[in-house]
Amino acid sequence: MTNFSYVILIPLIPLTVFLVTGLLGMKWKPLVSGVIGTVGLGISFFLSLFAAYQYFFATASAGGYHTIIPVNMLWLSFTSTLQIHMGVLLDPISVMMLVVVTTISFMAHIYSLGYMKGEKGFQRYYAFLSLFTFSMLGVVLSTNIFQMYIFWELVGASSFLLIGFYYDKPSAVAAAKKAFIVTRFADLGFLIGILILSFYTGTFDFSKLMQPGTSLFAGITGVSFLGISGITWAMTLIFMGAAGKSAMFPLHIWLPDAMEGPTPVSALIHAATMVVAGVFLVARMFPIYHFHAPDVLIFIGYVGGFTSLFAAIIAMTQFDIKRVLAYSTLSQIGYMMVALGVSGYGGEAGLGYTAGMFHLFTHAMFKALLFLGAGSIIHTVHSNLMKDMGSLRKYMPITHITFLAASLAISGIPPFAGFFSKDEILTAAFHANKLLFYVEYITAGITSFYIFRLYFNIFWGKDTNYEHKPHESPLNMVIPMIFLALGATFGGFIPFHDLVTSNMKPFADKLNILVSLPSVAIGLVGIAAAWILYKKENDLSDRIAKSLGVLYISTFHKFYIDELYLFVTKKIIFNGIARPIAWFDSKIVDGFMIGIGTVTMKISYKIKGLQSGELQQYAFVFIAGTIILALFLLYTLGFH
Amino acid sequence: MDFKYILLMRHELLLLLVALIILMVDLFTSDKKKFRLIKFSLLLFTIATLVGFIPVKPGVLFGGAFQGNALTDFFKDILNVAVLIVFLQSDGYLKKIENTGKTGEFFVLIILTLLGMDFMVSSGDFLTFFIGLETASIPVAGLVAFDRFKSRSAEAGVKLILLSALSSGVLLFGISLIYGATGSIYFSDIAKHVTASPLIILGFIFFLSGMGFKISLVPFHLWTADVYEGAPINITAYLSVVSKGAAVFILTIILYKVFKNVTDLWETSLYVLAVLTMTVGNLFALRQDNIKRFLAFSSIAQAGFIMVGIMGTGSLGMTSVVYFILIYVFTNLGAFGVASAISSASGVETISGYNGLYSTNPRLSLIMMLALFSLAGIPPIAGFFGKFFLFTSAGSQGYFILILIGVLNATISLYYYLGVVKAMFINKSDTPIPYFRSSNFMRLSLLLCVAGLFSIGFIGGIFEYIMSISHLLF
Repeated sequence: MTNFSYVILIPLIPLTVFLVTGLLGMKWKPLVSGVIGTVGLGISFFLSLFAAYQYFFATASAGGYHTIIPVNMLWLSFTSTLQIHMGVLLDPISVMMLVVVTTISFMAHIYSLGYMKGEKGFQRYYAFLSLFTFSMLGVVLSTNIFQMYIFWELVGASSFLLIGFYYDKPSAVAAAKKAFIVTRFADLGFLIGILILSFYTGTFDFSKLMQPGTSLFAGITGVSFLGISGITWAMTLIFMGAAGKSAMFPLHIWLPDAMEGPTPVSALIHAATMVVAGVFLVARMFPIYHFHAPDVLIFIGYVGGFTSLFAAIIAMTQFDIKRVLAYSTLSQIGYMMVALGVSGYGGEAGLGYTAGMFHLFTHAMFKALLFLGAGSIIHTVHSNLMKDMGSLRKYMPITHITFLAASLAISGIPPFAGFFSKDEILTAAFHANKLLFYVEYITAGITSFYIFRLYFNIFWGKDTNYEHKPHESPLNMVIPMIFLALGATFGGFIPFHDLVTSNMKPFADKLNILVSLPSVAIGLVGIAAAWILYKKENDLSDRIAKSLGVLYISTFHKFYIDELYLFVTKKIIFNGIARPIAWFDSKIVDGFMIGIGTVTMKISYKIKGLQSGELQQYAFVFIAGTIILALFLLYTLGFH
Repeated sequence: MDFKYILLMRHELLLLLVALIILMVDLFTSDKKKFRLIKFSLLLFTIATLVGFIPVKPGVLFGGAFQGNALTDFFKDILNVAVLIVFLQSDGYLKKIENTGKTGEFFVLIILTLLGMDFMVSSGDFLTFFIGLETASIPVAGLVAFDRFKSRSAEAGVKLILLSALSSGVLLFGISLIYGATGSIYFSDIAKHVTASPLIILGFIFFLSGMGFKISLVPFHLWTADVYEGAPINITAYLSVVSKGAAVFILTIILYKVFKNVTDLWETSLYVLAVLTMTVGNLFALRQDNIKRFLAFSSIAQAGFIMVGIMGTGSLGMTSVVYFILIYVFTNLGAFGVASAISSASGVETISGYNGLYSTNPRLSLIMMLALFSLAGIPPIAGFFGKFFLFTSAGSQGYFILILIGVLNATISLYYYLGVVKAMFINKSDTPIPYFRSSNFMRLSLLLCVAGLFSIGFIGGIFEYIMSISHLLF
């Protein structure tokens, strides 16, 4: 057996970096903190790769993989049976997440050296980045739910600090607060779920809870509350926590606003790591969902399906490039939830599970890349809005090519990474739930449409009058993008069905032509639609402006088709469907959440009169309270 | 009664001794040299605190009127440490020109109230309990009115003494009804005879509302904000941590021991009080700008959470309450410490006055943030573990709805705690409080608080130790 205890260093290095730069950073030159953070994370990154290599290739046996717990310290003991440990748990999904988190974080660290250069609070930024990475790694490696919850909250707190980094921007501060409070609200469900689960099963340990056929759940399936069994309650509440972090409808409202944070933070937190923590949580507890709460799993699938379609439609209407990417992230996480929701356990039935994890992996690569690309553009254009961009391919060739690779990956065009994972999800849905299959199928088309709308608007089209000429970003920003582009291009060839499966045993997986051909087709349709609408439209307006007359007449007919397209999409689809959904989102869902706050403040104002400062009134309330309490008790205890 | 038994009362006797020595020395110190009294008193009190840690076998004195065991000893140690932190933080306040003359009184009064609390904690019958309670209450009014030339302080003192008399009257009336129904004032005897008769119910409710006043449970809390605001900030800290903690402890003991056969009776009433206290405390805290009023309402809400934990009954309930109070000592004193440092350096006592504090006093801001996060229950800071065990304790009796209300309230509370954090870190100010260096005693006290905030949650042994000593009671 290989000794894995060095894995504990992977989270401990960022923690040390955080403590050192947090405490001493102020005294150094800004760059020193950045370099220390980056080097530290680089070490973690290589250790993770090494651990993944050892785990997947050196310990493999015919029976599949095993859960390995190299470190586990007793921390709190409630009773002799209910004890809480702190430790490190390695199984295929945690090792995979280890690689994802350290890779993206390492890239964000390098990238930020260029992107955040000269920002006020550079040291603080790197300290927070290390803290976040540490907490995220803690979530991934937890051996029990309690430990996971601690790190889960720490992730929330550190992302609060990072989103609110531009603290002189009121919108950033509001967004940070919103993100924190919405996810905290979701976490209250998570906490109660944990309490119920551990109260009845008597343990927090994943290794005990995950054994199929364990008798731990006898007690909790027996009890019921409001006609629903205890385990269903517990698992639904735990999913509530997952939905908060992963921004599933209707708890998604914080994510688009969170884009106020620095762009590398968006890449790290809002694309690759924190937002997939919810998916990871569901995957971590998958055996419980599958064997004891299958209804909740179906519910998860539908929530994911709805979110993915809903968010994709909104993404079509956005003009801020980071917001497009934010909604796109929601939509893609919806895919992962669908994959888990339709999955079975073991062998080919568990395809959905593998596909969900696979998509999590590929999505981390291409979505982080899209964000870094967006950051590279914002860095040089100084605007988030599409209208301020155009024709950038001439000025930023590397950003252009890498962005294109990521766009093709998210659209599911072979041989880019997204094709393989999305195809597996669609296949899994096709076999398990036709409705979800169609929803995801349509979403795939919309996805390629909005991403290429973005792509054409940024890199093609008219040459905007830039204040100063755009330029390619510095090397320390470009290298991470190239690295991720390699991942987004070739990541799909990793044989996930041999590595990450629901029961940790490999199974044979083959391409399903019946699903993959139509899915590539709809991806291409989406790209074509975007091409016609956004590449040509701008080309046209350019040429019309230059030479009215001959060209105008020759392209008249085409223009007419464009108009029709525009009419159908912009007037009917946008105004009829997408706008109302966007309105519903911002007014009703958002409004409801704000409403709760307003009502609380109102009540608080109304009862202010109680606190008058008058002694007689205080005495009166005291006596009255006593009497009412006495009457209440006498009544409820049966003396009336 | 031989020497061994006297050791049982070592906390009380030492406090009395310290108080008397300070009183005598104070008498023979000229006004100009009074500032030396601070170090002298601190030294004496530290010795008394350390001696308190020496373990002594459990035992009973005066036919059961005074009980000493590992749990009461542990709790008195917590109170001692808390008072020590308050003393350290009062350094700046006492060095002000108008206060130096009153240094001796300050120490003596606080130590005497602590003496009362120690008797209350150890009481085995209602008489000792009531005498302890009154010893702990009356000097407090003097402390609240310590800034006697400030009208707010004087007003707060008068309010406290009047309302305190009212509540003590009601409480005493409750005790006499219970005595009438059971024929005894000893906790162990009453426990045998107590039944859910109307007389007992009335007696219990009067007793509970009297205690509710001390702990500031809603609707018996109205004095809290005015008194907390009027009192000098260190006294407010003392009231919100030490007074409240001691009252909660003895309430829990009495509920568990005396009223153990009528759990329905007190669980129903506590349920209502817990919900009211958490909710109303939170709603008021939402719109406070004065930091003392803000912390007052926040401490009301925290008392509501403790009531949730008491619902757990048995050793788990007892442990979670004591554990929470231990954490609460470091948390609240951390917050008050920062507020007091700022108040004595610049006189600012409003939250809006804290705008931009991080840019000038980053360390103080960080400590305040930690303390507030702990109050809000954000892991991995100790406050989270405190709340977690309170909820677990209630969960063990199946009060899931109550936990839900509790957790919802904790989420609401996050809003206003973050509001203060926002003021310090995010809001800009043209005239932030300038940088200042707090006294070494203040620094030491804040260091203690921060160490507590980080270590108590992570040192698993603390919870286990409290569990093992509360186990002996049941």
